[in-house]
Amino acid sequence: MSDLLDIRNLKKSFGALKATDDVSLTLRAGEIHALIGPNGAGKSTLIKQIAGGLRSDAGSVHFAGRDVTPLSTVARARAGLGRTFQISSLAMEYTVLQNVLLGALGQDGGVMRFFRPIMARNDLRDRAMTALTRVGLESHAAKRTADLSHGQRRQLEVAVALTLSPKVFLMDEPMAGLGASGSQRMTGFLDGLRSEAPILLVEHDMDAVFALADRISVLVYGRVIATGTADEIKADPAVREAYLGEEEEA
Amino acid sequence: MISERTVNIFLFALLPVTVLAAWLLDEPFIITLATKAAILALAGVGLNIALGLGGLVSFGHAAFFGLGGYAMGILASHAQSYAPLMEVPFLIEGTKSMPVIWLVALVTSALAALAIGALSLRTSGVYFIMVTLAFGQMLYYFAISWPAYGGEDGLSIYVRNGFPGLNTLDPVQFFLIAFAVLTVGIFLAWRLARSAFGLALSAARQNAERVETVGLGPYRIRLVAFVISGAMTGLAGALFADLNRFVSPTMFSWHLSGELIVFCILGGVGRLYGPVAGAMLYVLLEHVLGGLSAYWHIYLGLLLLLVVLFARGGLIGLLSGREVAHE
Repeated sequence: MSDLLDIRNLKKSFGALKATDDVSLTLRAGEIHALIGPNGAGKSTLIKQIAGGLRSDAGSVHFAGRDVTPLSTVARARAGLGRTFQISSLAMEYTVLQNVLLGALGQDGGVMRFFRPIMARNDLRDRAMTALTRVGLESHAAKRTADLSHGQRRQLEVAVALTLSPKVFLMDEPMAGLGASGSQRMTGFLDGLRSEAPILLVEHDMDAVFALADRISVLVYGRVIATGTADEIKADPAVREAYLGEEEEA
Repeated sequence: MISERTVNIFLFALLPVTVLAAWLLDEPFIITLATKAAILALAGVGLNIALGLGGLVSFGHAAFFGLGGYAMGILASHAQSYAPLMEVPFLIEGTKSMPVIWLVALVTSALAALAIGALSLRTSGVYFIMVTLAFGQMLYYFAISWPAYGGEDGLSIYVRNGFPGLNTLDPVQFFLIAFAVLTVGIFLAWRLARSAFGLALSAARQNAERVETVGLGPYRIRLVAFVISGAMTGLAGALFADLNRFVSPTMFSWHLSGELIVFCILGGVGRLYGPVAGAMLYVLLEHVLGGLSAYWHIYLGLLLLLVVLFARGGLIGLLSGREVAHE
């Protein structure tokens, strides 16, 4: 299997703190690769380094065979990195539909159109509505984003990423705040999504991670201490000590 | 409460109705005031594309207003002195034709907005405000110290420029020209706000990170918005100079940049008719309060304070009962 995303020896320090300490990992076509680790392990920092927006001190990010390390967030998004944020990052004054339309517009690229109403762009609307329907938000299309529940915002984040038809998804805690049934639904959804594009999934919900992940990497203090299948990770003594032990057996 | 659309229709009709009444009552001064309000409203509608839609608090839009004014002043002064503007390498003569002057004003202010925007949009927040202010003041002092076109004293144009088929010296006809241009400006701003570009521009104001994540560059979008905004304000400057038959460096001054922002805030930031309401209210207050006291700006200041504290949606928000402007 080919590696769509190939992260090599990434480093990032904030003063004396090594937030990302020589991290290498890969994402293969068709897989879900989960990134887990305790709070402050550097998961979100790593996602920012991959998606752009945070320059790495050293190392490189290769995406679809191309070195994207020097590229901006915008260029990486255009190349096909679809990101969702840990803390929902949406246009809050906009309706739900407008937010997904923005994604569809980004995928279309035709932003320098000044006269024709965006609502008359049936192609973009269809694309946007399809994405909303897939995450189950279609009945909320006309709602203001600021009025959505926390969980619905998470779904909207995923819907916007879907409109981009990315080659790879980078998802930072898509289950957070979804509740048990929402979490289950999202798990089912992501399970099907991997055949479209592989997912690098940062997640705290261990049930979801073990249900979904083909491979799991454990990040502790900016370092990957183990990578393997769910069973391998569960059995890994270093992981148990550093992370899983307390939470899973409590 | 009244819907925002009703308020807009009312505001739009207010100027021509006022002018009709003034014409019937034979009050040419009122017509001139209404014309001034229409032209300032156009400048405000231009600024509002950057300020309201794009969230770019430009404190230097007087630069474009002044450039439009000087485009008119320079072209018309050469036409009235029969001295060509330039002979080498090719001949450029002055002109008294409004459409040509408008075109020159649009192009000049658009180019200036491109240059100023390209530099100032690398900053944000309070730095953006300061950089745009600095550019405006640079042009202000340049105009003051440039003797060729009147320097500090400004430039007088003896006869108002012409428009094919119309008598521009007739206040009603000149009002109709200004009002027609304002109508086109509002229409374009309305379409822009609903276009693909408007969606991305407003999104960049709300959340730039979101726009980047979908693969659109906020800088480029904002720069184009700034150019469109500056060009519209520049066109208003040309009309304003024609109204007064006079241009002076005060058109470049930061007071004017501030007044344009005040129009937007008084009327309602980000609302299509916000600057229209604001400019009309401003001209009205200037006339009414200015007649009572030379220090009428104190009352304007108080009003602005009240609007900012208690009516965040501006005049239109107050009338239509909606605080937040959105689709």
